[in-house]
Amino acid sequence: MISSFAAKFKNSSTKLTADLGHRVKIRTALRSYERARGGTQAQYQDWQAARAGASAIKWEAINHLDAYLVEFADKLTARGTKVFWASSGQEARDYVVALAKDKGARSIIKSKSMTSEEIHLNEALRLAGYEVVESDLGEYIVQLREEAPYHLVFPAMHLTRHEISDLFQEKLHSLPTESPEELTMIARRELRMKYLQADIGISGANFGIAETGMISITENEGNARLTTALPKVHVALMGIEKVIPKLADLALFLPMLATTGTGQQITCYNSLIGGPRQPDETDGPEEFHLILLDNHRTRLLADAEQRDALHCIRCGACLNVCPIYRNVGGHTYATTYQGPIGSVITPHLRGLMDWKHLSYASSLCGACTETCPVKIDLHHHLLHNRRNAVAQQPDPAERFAFRVFAFLTRFPGLLNRLARLSRPFMPLANAVRSILPPPAKGWVASRDLPPIAAKSFRDYWRAR
Amino acid sequence: MRIFLFIPCFVDQLFPSVGISAVRIFEKLGHTVEYKEAIVCCGQPSFNGGYWEETREIATRVLQALAGSDPVVVPSGSCAAMVRNFYPELFRKTPQAEAAVQLSQRVFEFSSFLVDQLGVTELGSRFPAKVTFHDGCHGLRELQVRDQPRQLLKQVKDLTLVEMEDQTSCCGFGGTFAVKFPMISTAMGETKSASALETGAEYLVSNDSSCLMHLQGLLSRRNQKLKTIHLAEVLASS
Repeated sequence: MISSFAAKFKNSSTKLTADLGHRVKIRTALRSYERARGGTQAQYQDWQAARAGASAIKWEAINHLDAYLVEFADKLTARGTKVFWASSGQEARDYVVALAKDKGARSIIKSKSMTSEEIHLNEALRLAGYEVVESDLGEYIVQLREEAPYHLVFPAMHLTRHEISDLFQEKLHSLPTESPEELTMIARRELRMKYLQADIGISGANFGIAETGMISITENEGNARLTTALPKVHVALMGIEKVIPKLADLALFLPMLATTGTGQQITCYNSLIGGPRQPDETDGPEEFHLILLDNHRTRLLADAEQRDALHCIRCGACLNVCPIYRNVGGHTYATTYQGPIGSVITPHLRGLMDWKHLSYASSLCGACTETCPVKIDLHHHLLHNRRNAVAQQPDPAERFAFRVFAFLTRFPGLLNRLARLSRPFMPLANAVRSILPPPAKGWVASRDLPPIAAKSFRDYWRAR
Repeated sequence: MRIFLFIPCFVDQLFPSVGISAVRIFEKLGHTVEYKEAIVCCGQPSFNGGYWEETREIATRVLQALAGSDPVVVPSGSCAAMVRNFYPELFRKTPQAEAAVQLSQRVFEFSSFLVDQLGVTELGSRFPAKVTFHDGCHGLRELQVRDQPRQLLKQVKDLTLVEMEDQTSCCGFGGTFAVKFPMISTAMGETKSASALETGAEYLVSNDSSCLMHLQGLLSRRNQKLKTIHLAEVLASS
């Protein structure tokens, strides 16, 4: 009954958890995040109040999504934006491919968008014969490696400068260097030409403001600004859950996303885009298309218990604090969205039975919920996913074991005697660990079993 | 005051001295301790496994055994959180819903009961050793127990408390997670024990024996000298 996704997850996590170099690399990378974030968060007068406020705004938006989306789309349309409602990834991909064909495009530049990863947009465009270049440095690096982002916010965090230098030498024929500045310059030289050549620029959107009909894009490299401004056609892809009611809400969300995303007070560039070039304007794209993507977000919306998972602003903070993520790394999940938020929403987006293992792969420590800026009840939703999975299709052996245990709890005295009887065999279990069946093997492979006490607490209590 | 002592299944069978220490502490403070032999387990393993129906069978017996108005004290943040935070959800829309809510309001983790409910930090304990403290995640994040164990440890004579790096990160036990994903659980435990070892402490203290069972298992396998001990055992020493 193990899905092939679950088997792959187990294999990959077995490999990576044993890789001490990986453990150190991720820990080092996240140390600097932790320090920066800690310092920035401390500058808030009341961080908990900020979280409560952000959560309330998101609650309002998600629970009145129908109204805010229409307001948002109407405002955008009024300024000449072409709004396309895509219920599936397929519809969104088809729209972009058809647009590229219609515009006679040859090359396409793209800024960072996890939503585009979700629908495998690059692959669809490539298969249709278009060159798509990622302009975010991290995304550009993983694109050159032909792999998925390792992290929602830090796509190339699993690579050392040395590895990036090797990659650039191989793919871009640059000279070896381990200076981050030089590596950035190598990528920049390549990318500058791509912006100028591109016929279409594709971006994501961090927020959609219903009140004014604008999308907000947060970034640090200026690449999104170039991607959305230089080509004649700009296409933005946005999940329907990204809409917020008012422009003033950004006063909270922009610094908050920067704080929890990268530890900055505010990111270097924040752009608001409200339409294509207007008649009285001198620059900007001639056409602006906005794709509003559902792709099963409405399934999550229909689940009142877990609806708050749509509050997510994709800051990646839950990944950063997650001890599972830190040990298994980003690719092991094999999902678009890694870490706790991915484990919660992937079953909704792609099927519970195939992805329930991610909800079980958690110690339920709650560090994710504690850090989440919009107060998503992440670790409790992992519990809910487990409950829902059992309700849909229980594991017969596991259910039997729990039923037997539940039945036996009627006889505390008997259980106590059984424990005393098994006592002499416990040291043996440690000795013969290699031949034990699971789940005992899972424990003793790396850990000694504790000895069973000669007298239990209930023996002591009776003898008192 | 009459106090119901809730002894988790693994404490009963593996770490009885934790329960015995709790009894001694409460009796020393002049309270009456009650223990219900009918209770075996809070039901957390099946609950976390997603088997809520089976859990209700186990938990119903807990509700019956602990009926009344006396406080219930659990020397484990995890089991305390199960009864206090999750029973109401588990029994929602069932005939026992009200009983579950009623019970949940009088269930306390051991150290928070001492400090917040009894207003006690000084127990006349003595424990001449350098120790470091591990916060069990459920006590820490489900019940917001953080300062209480430290307040208690600070009053222990001849005890030196050294905090470890990443003190609030999970040890990797996680119940059935430890055997379902042993490689992840072990990696987390290795990181945690490394932080504990770095402090140079002789004892790793926690308010949750389940975390300690996992960490002690790892430490023993590696022949490390660091010993694990429950907070109640430290406080009962003199």
